[in-house]
Amino acid sequence: VSVASIPRAAPRSLHGGALGRLADNERWLWRFMLAPAILYIVALVGFPFLLSLYYGLSDATVASRELNFVGLTNFRRVIEDGTFWLALRNTLIITLVSQVVIIVLANVLAGALIVDFRGKWLVRLLILLPWVAPISLGSIGWLWIYDSIYSIINWTGQAVGVLGMDQWPIWLGQPKLAMAAIIIVNIWRLLPLATVIILAGLTSIPQDIHDAAAIDGAGFWRHHFQITAPLILPITLVAVLFGMIFTFTDMIVVFVLTRGGPYDSTQVIASWAYFTGIQGGDLAGGAAISLFMFPLLVGVAIVFLVLARRTEVT
Amino acid sequence: MTPATARARRVAAAGGHAAILVFFVTFLAFPFYWMVITTFKTTQDLHDTSNNPYLFNDPPTLEHLRLLFEETQYLQWLVNTGLVGILVVAITLALAMPAGYALARMTGPWAQTLGIAIFLTYLVPPTILFIPFARIIALLGLQDSLWSLVLVYPSFTVPFCTWLLMGFYKAIPRDLEEAAMIDGLSRFGAFVKVVMPISLAGILTVIIFAFTLVTQEFVYGLTFITSSSSYTVSVGVPTFLVRGDVYFWGSMMAACLIASVPIAIIYNVFVDRFVAGFTVGAVK
Repeated sequence: VSVASIPRAAPRSLHGGALGRLADNERWLWRFMLAPAILYIVALVGFPFLLSLYYGLSDATVASRELNFVGLTNFRRVIEDGTFWLALRNTLIITLVSQVVIIVLANVLAGALIVDFRGKWLVRLLILLPWVAPISLGSIGWLWIYDSIYSIINWTGQAVGVLGMDQWPIWLGQPKLAMAAIIIVNIWRLLPLATVIILAGLTSIPQDIHDAAAIDGAGFWRHHFQITAPLILPITLVAVLFGMIFTFTDMIVVFVLTRGGPYDSTQVIASWAYFTGIQGGDLAGGAAISLFMFPLLVGVAIVFLVLARRTEVT
Repeated sequence: MTPATARARRVAAAGGHAAILVFFVTFLAFPFYWMVITTFKTTQDLHDTSNNPYLFNDPPTLEHLRLLFEETQYLQWLVNTGLVGILVVAITLALAMPAGYALARMTGPWAQTLGIAIFLTYLVPPTILFIPFARIIALLGLQDSLWSLVLVYPSFTVPFCTWLLMGFYKAIPRDLEEAAMIDGLSRFGAFVKVVMPISLAGILTVIIFAFTLVTQEFVYGLTFITSSSSYTVSVGVPTFLVRGDVYFWGSMMAACLIASVPIAIIYNVFVDRFVAGFTVGAVK
């Protein structure tokens, strides 16, 4: 199979039967060691997932203990609801815009961080803060920054003259600004992760390749787009996939900043599922809404599998 | 190129580099800087719109911190978070260490597929599972109890930590265990007595990672818990302290700061290991 299995094969042939039996025992040992983790995951991820499929097809509510099968009624109800389409559109906009911006910014920032300079550890610590801090608490920081009366953005904008003295945008009170505010927080939160992932990709490129490119006379742009970019493409893809999942399925930023308002104009699928299923008590409806996030997850999982297989071959 | 222009170029490049770093540090760290300023400002100063908000127009105060610890349940939330964190870390280690080792040492086509399958379950988000869980937790009679969180949180810590540990165990040469086994230890004995001591760094990484995930979790906490004394920090601050029309900004910012920064500093030490786990072997 691979080089690693050769030292294993050698003692086995020396001792013959005894180690052969041990190998048989090992198969049971592996099963025994894997079983607890797999059972836990099946019971607490697989089972609830199937249950959410079942709830989507039932009339489950918080109040009643009885369940009746109602077919696709919930899904039809969801599709006919204007708020759902708004939530879907918002989720897609937030995910796509923030991912595009994140990849551009993460490449710039990773390029700046790969050079050695004094105080790098401090810069790295500060840059990582948004990713490490609990996002619900980080979002509260932004809630204060976006405050309708005391917004530091508006104060600074007026002080430096970007905003006129009579201009005072209410960040979370107008649908378009609120969407922009949510996108900014998502970028802020996931930029550190994308940066460290891309940085790992840049570090893994052997110096020889850069030297060879320099000797061959490749300029700045050519070097970046024809040499570096293709080499870090797989890892950039990993950063994008994680970023997409974390933004697409997130409800925390919206919940803390706007609770979906003003007038449901900033609802996303996850928050809409929460407000319908938990706050509204309509478990069946909420389950049906949240299942609309599943196709994206399947898509991402497939890309991961392809990626893993390719790296395994090479 | 004359020495003077070469020098000018170098200075310009260094300036550009510094400008990029300043821009990003400002964007990413500003909210935390703002939390620090707000924590120590008097309420009067915060609410006076004619004041320069960047400066302390009144002398700094500890009043917000006093309010936070004496008149809210913040301390209780910190304790809750710590308790849940410790229990979840223990469960995670008990499940992920043997599983990670088995995946690292198993041969055959199944091992790789199984490893990736376990990793992928990490990607199933709480926002798909929280609705069925709401009912399961109610049926188990665990609503409003921290035990609901202890039960459910390993569902997202175990997959990723199994994957991380698998990577660590794979990096340990098989010869070490095989030598120990020839000396009479069983395979399991070799795992406990030889492999576990040298994978201490991996175990530490998993402890930090699992604990961080617990402090960050919000959706399950919000769904399962409604009585304020059972909240964790990440749920208690945004739901309980924000409730009502009066916002205690100073105390809220202090609450956010205290819960984020210590973890951030510890996490920073291990970040390269997490990245190695996240990149799924796309980088060697």
